[in-house]
Amino acid sequence: MSAIEILGLEKTYMVGFWRKRPKSALRPLHLTIEEGEIFGFLGPNGAGKTTTLKMLMGLVFPTAGTARILGREWTDPEVKAQIGFLPEQPYFYDYLTAHELLDYYGQISGVPGKDRKRRVEEMLQRVGLTEVKGMQLRKFSKGMLQRVGIAQAILHNPKLVFFDEPMSGLDPLGRREVRDLIEQLKQEGRTVFFSTHILSDAEALCDRVAIIHKGELRGVGAVADLTSTVQGKVEVIWQGRQIPASMKVLGAECHVTGDTVRAILPENQQDTAIDALRRERIRLIAITPLRTSLEAYFVEKLQHSQTTVGKRS
Amino acid sequence: MSPRMLYIAFNTFREAVRDRVLYNLIAFALLLSGAAIFVGQISIHIERLVVVNLGLTAVSLFGIVIAIFIGIGLVSKEIEKRTLYTVLSRPVRRWEFIVGKFLGLAGTLIVNTFFMAIGVFGALFYVVHKFSAPDALILVALYFIILEFLIICSLALLFSSFSSPLLSAVFAFSLFVIGSFADDLRGFAALTHGATRWLATAAAYLVPNFSALNVISAVAHQQPLRSQLILQNTLYALFYTAMVLSAAVLIFERRNLK
Repeated sequence: MSAIEILGLEKTYMVGFWRKRPKSALRPLHLTIEEGEIFGFLGPNGAGKTTTLKMLMGLVFPTAGTARILGREWTDPEVKAQIGFLPEQPYFYDYLTAHELLDYYGQISGVPGKDRKRRVEEMLQRVGLTEVKGMQLRKFSKGMLQRVGIAQAILHNPKLVFFDEPMSGLDPLGRREVRDLIEQLKQEGRTVFFSTHILSDAEALCDRVAIIHKGELRGVGAVADLTSTVQGKVEVIWQGRQIPASMKVLGAECHVTGDTVRAILPENQQDTAIDALRRERIRLIAITPLRTSLEAYFVEKLQHSQTTVGKRS
Repeated sequence: MSPRMLYIAFNTFREAVRDRVLYNLIAFALLLSGAAIFVGQISIHIERLVVVNLGLTAVSLFGIVIAIFIGIGLVSKEIEKRTLYTVLSRPVRRWEFIVGKFLGLAGTLIVNTFFMAIGVFGALFYVVHKFSAPDALILVALYFIILEFLIICSLALLFSSFSSPLLSAVFAFSLFVIGSFADDLRGFAALTHGATRWLATAAAYLVPNFSALNVISAVAHQQPLRSQLILQNTLYALFYTAMVLSAAVLIFERRNLK
């Protein structure tokens, strides 16, 4: 069974005061997310990521289309008991303490009393907020609020978790913690659907990604497939700042960074290059086939869509 | 009744208490104490009349102001601050959210009225040194004031479900003022003819009839109240509140939370 099946969800807003005109926020979207995978929904700001998430959460009504979540109609209230959601830049009732907020969310999620008490304590510990559980949220930093947001999203033990830009605004340490937590959720067998415009996070975490731009799906697939090997090129890294003369003859593009040299050269020259480095007694660090980064794929898709739009207009 | 609705109601009540809404009781207590001492010194034989009139009017006005100023933000503030997203993405139906919010605000006002009522009786006892049988009618007046709050809460919530807080405040306060003259409006409708009569009659029956719920003057003057009035006013207020809440739910059920 698929965790999410999006069947042509579409959203058009009417804009303007006197003369209303339609503005498409999301063109018919078809997407399937399998159970147990981490799925990244990528796109620049204003691409339609949040609109899609809000429609799946029942916060915004689609103009057309439907979706199924965990095998049921996405509007079924029973489905919502099995999903967790962290909105972008979450804001919570700041007059409550972290403990009270989680307890309240547990209540309205239908977690029974005894179980709720235990789950709230567990979640506070998991996101590292046990020490400040009695502090009102108005005194929390942005990073702490993000942790509360994650705790509330997984408090009721959901099978499927939606995160909208979970790393946005976090410092490197905070981003690392969120990444670790998403990986843990996958290990626990949960499905994670998260939107982001930070490609390194998606590349590090996701089994599959979809790229959306101007409300239209531009590409979808496994990260390993999208970042496929560039035919016939290898990357050689060695220690030092020395570039042997033979490297230039082999047609290598060399870049010196600090105390290492990074060279990109044709695959068929790989052995000759290694021999040249050995002769010079240079310490080799790595040889890897060159791959397209997710970023390069993403930029290519976006540029392609802009060219297409340009031609249309 | 759904437990989720009660949890939402309790959280709304907790918000009001934590936002120091009940601090108005201090202002109320100061006003009544000051008035009681002042009235005791300047009035002869009308101390009871003045204290009951002033006390009940203050209870009504303090409550109306709280009902409007909290009510208008109940939904719009949640949308604006996006706190609603993590509530409605759970197994909470939109109507449960609206009714829960209403019950929370109504509960806050009832608790507030309870403490203010103690203040009114305290001031009365201070001025006249004893209670008499007609003083029981003060309880009826307080009950009608609570019914008035229920209607105002539902109206503020209705406007909050589709409008900005400022406009909601203007709409709710205007309806309160017009509703306070509902009897006059009905009298005016009876004097007109043709289309004007239809329009005036429709308007008169559409606006909440707060004048029927206002028995403060009668109670202060120790005039008897018709026993059917309690039943009539109860049914009227509950029906009107239910209608307005239904309209709020209908609007909110269709609203996109951008």
